[in-house]
Amino acid sequence: MNTKLTKVLATSIAAVALTATLAGCGKGSASSSTEGSGEIALWTHNAGNPEELGAVQKIVDSYNGSQDKVKVKVQAFPQDSYNDSVVSAAAAGNLPCIVDIDGPNVPNWAWAGYLKPLEVGTDLSKHLPSTVAQWDGKPYAVGYYDVALAMMARASDLKAAGVRVATIEQPWTKEEFQDALAKLKALGKWEHPLDLGTAGTGEWLPYAYSPFLQSFGGDLVNREGFQSADGELNGDKAVQWANWFRGLADQGFMAKKSGKDSTQDFLNNKSAIVYTGSWAGDKAKAALGDDLVVMPPVDLGEGPKIGGASWQWGVTSGCGDSEAAMDYLSYSLKPENIAAVAKVTGAIPASEEAAAQIPAFAEGGANRIFMDFSRKYAVMRPETPAYPFIATEYGKAVQDILNGADAKSTLDNAVKAIDANIKSNGGYKN
Amino acid sequence: MATVPLPTRPHPATAEAAPPPSNAKDKARRAHRRPGFRREQFSGWGMMAPAALLLLAFIFIPAILGFGLAFTNARLISPRPVEFVGVENFARLFSDPTFYRALLNVAYFTVVIVPVQSGLALVMALLINKKFRGVNFFRTVYFLPVVTSMVVVSLLWLFMYRKDGLINEILSAVSFGLIDGPDWLGDPNTAMPAIIILSIWQAAGFHMIIWLAGLQGISGELYEASQLDGTSRWQQFRYVTWPGLFHARSLVLVTITIQALGLFDQISVMTQGGPMDSTTTIIYEAVQSGYRQQETSYASAISLVFFVLVLIVSAVQRYLTREKD
Repeated sequence: MNTKLTKVLATSIAAVALTATLAGCGKGSASSSTEGSGEIALWTHNAGNPEELGAVQKIVDSYNGSQDKVKVKVQAFPQDSYNDSVVSAAAAGNLPCIVDIDGPNVPNWAWAGYLKPLEVGTDLSKHLPSTVAQWDGKPYAVGYYDVALAMMARASDLKAAGVRVATIEQPWTKEEFQDALAKLKALGKWEHPLDLGTAGTGEWLPYAYSPFLQSFGGDLVNREGFQSADGELNGDKAVQWANWFRGLADQGFMAKKSGKDSTQDFLNNKSAIVYTGSWAGDKAKAALGDDLVVMPPVDLGEGPKIGGASWQWGVTSGCGDSEAAMDYLSYSLKPENIAAVAKVTGAIPASEEAAAQIPAFAEGGANRIFMDFSRKYAVMRPETPAYPFIATEYGKAVQDILNGADAKSTLDNAVKAIDANIKSNGGYKN
Repeated sequence: MATVPLPTRPHPATAEAAPPPSNAKDKARRAHRRPGFRREQFSGWGMMAPAALLLLAFIFIPAILGFGLAFTNARLISPRPVEFVGVENFARLFSDPTFYRALLNVAYFTVVIVPVQSGLALVMALLINKKFRGVNFFRTVYFLPVVTSMVVVSLLWLFMYRKDGLINEILSAVSFGLIDGPDWLGDPNTAMPAIIILSIWQAAGFHMIIWLAGLQGISGELYEASQLDGTSRWQQFRYVTWPGLFHARSLVLVTITIQALGLFDQISVMTQGGPMDSTTTIIYEAVQSGYRQQETSYASAISLVFFVLVLIVSAVQRYLTREKD
């Protein structure tokens, strides 16, 4: 009997302990890391990216060594689950002090009250405009780098086909591009001469393809007040864009679904022109050397466009010691820190001073062209809290159109959904 | 010498049904006398508590919250207070063509997969329900896909289904280059069948095990008797095996149906509902709205409708497969 009773007691205690832990999860960890003890937590999406994580860790270590008031502690997540982790942490009132954020999500998080406007000692006006995320007139996040989209090809292929190399001064026009693709296809070397990365999913879709739409003169949403997408995403220009885009596949210039790794396919000579980001630049340069040409995207009417903003840093509103967090951010924005991160990631450094410290990005450097693209062509993804919704609707529309859905009605449906979402959220006004 | 009736096997229904009432009464009567009873009951509750708490915390409370949220405008991220909006979410849902497409897809998937998968699993079970050398090897082979995570399986098949993937290579090789296979997952006509084939392959082993358990529960004497009566193999299956599988059959049917209605993993990994909504499902739509589009309340409404549908389907199924006496 006694042993039985002990067992029962043990079970009950275990059960109670379990519930207590479950309930405790919600609160414990955050407050311990944000208040007292002088330790502040920093979350990053870099768990699967050892180079960038290492560079961030180095900045943190040097900051921790530079003073003895606070200690910054890094916690890294895999990129795929990072946003979900932050959103769940926020719902549980459990955010760390410093977070990194994908640029276009900043307005959404600022609107939700996750983020505090930045108060850093650095002069942000000297930064590449696309690395400072603004909402409601205030800066909420700042990044160490940006990335730029570009078209890469082999100079020898273009020459063989009799196609001119596009430059910043004279990008390809729509007609020239059509002509170039026809000539390249005629060479018969590739099944599809063009690779726009159509196998991509998620944020790649709006990041890569909304610049084409903007170059046609359309947009994801009407940027006057961000209250509706009507006329922008389903107007004549947008329909033209959609038909042009699907036409590329219908004419056999590109695959409806490209390979998983466009850059690798390009390097393996499966495509003549690849549309990818500056992150692929170093790899392509190493493989092809001087035969590689980096060209601006096509001018489809309104000039070439590329997406702006990459991962950036912000301070959460629940942070117990936001002064320390801001102090760390200011420290991390020193040119040598920015340069260190940009160097290992191959990304465009956020400031001129940092660029001067990296030979590839200094004046005349091999990667300087990406920085010029960023300054000249970058269009921010709409700075509205509705962006995550718009992005998914647009991504779905892109895939449907590519697969043969009627352009006008697909875009009309997307507009309907976006407008309903904005309306149901009271226009995303404060 | 008096004739003694031959001992016959008791009819299973009466054999099981008879004892419990008397037993229960006995227990109830004894309960007053036995001092240990209260303690036993106490320990019973104690043992149930951990599981019950977990179920409560992770199944019942979220489900109830979900039902409530379906009638509000709650969002995953929002500074705005949650308001009651009545049936607005449902009105939006029922005017959404994608939702009907998702319903249709799930119905298509279920209608194909329930008979085909359970049939295949039964054939597999019959094949390995024999005593021969290496039977365990075959059991393992058939069961192997089940223990592999669906996400891993989907990723592997993703490569096989590509335009230049294994399946098209094989098709081309056996037809001497005559058949140029489609992009299985990229074509609205072939995407769902491709998902169905993969799903059957992955899960048939699991239901094979249930069938196998059913087969082994059938008394060998019945087969002996039928052999004495000179039945053919088909008659043996029709009049001995099939009726003996009654319980296994209901279980397999209900589990396959519920699993089929909840189709999600394969879709999320392989097609993301595309191309052109040809593979989207109700659960996929719910996750898409709830997480990626942050519309918690709309996702709750989808889940609530899904819950009701599953309830109706399984109730109908239970009714049709009930024991008819």
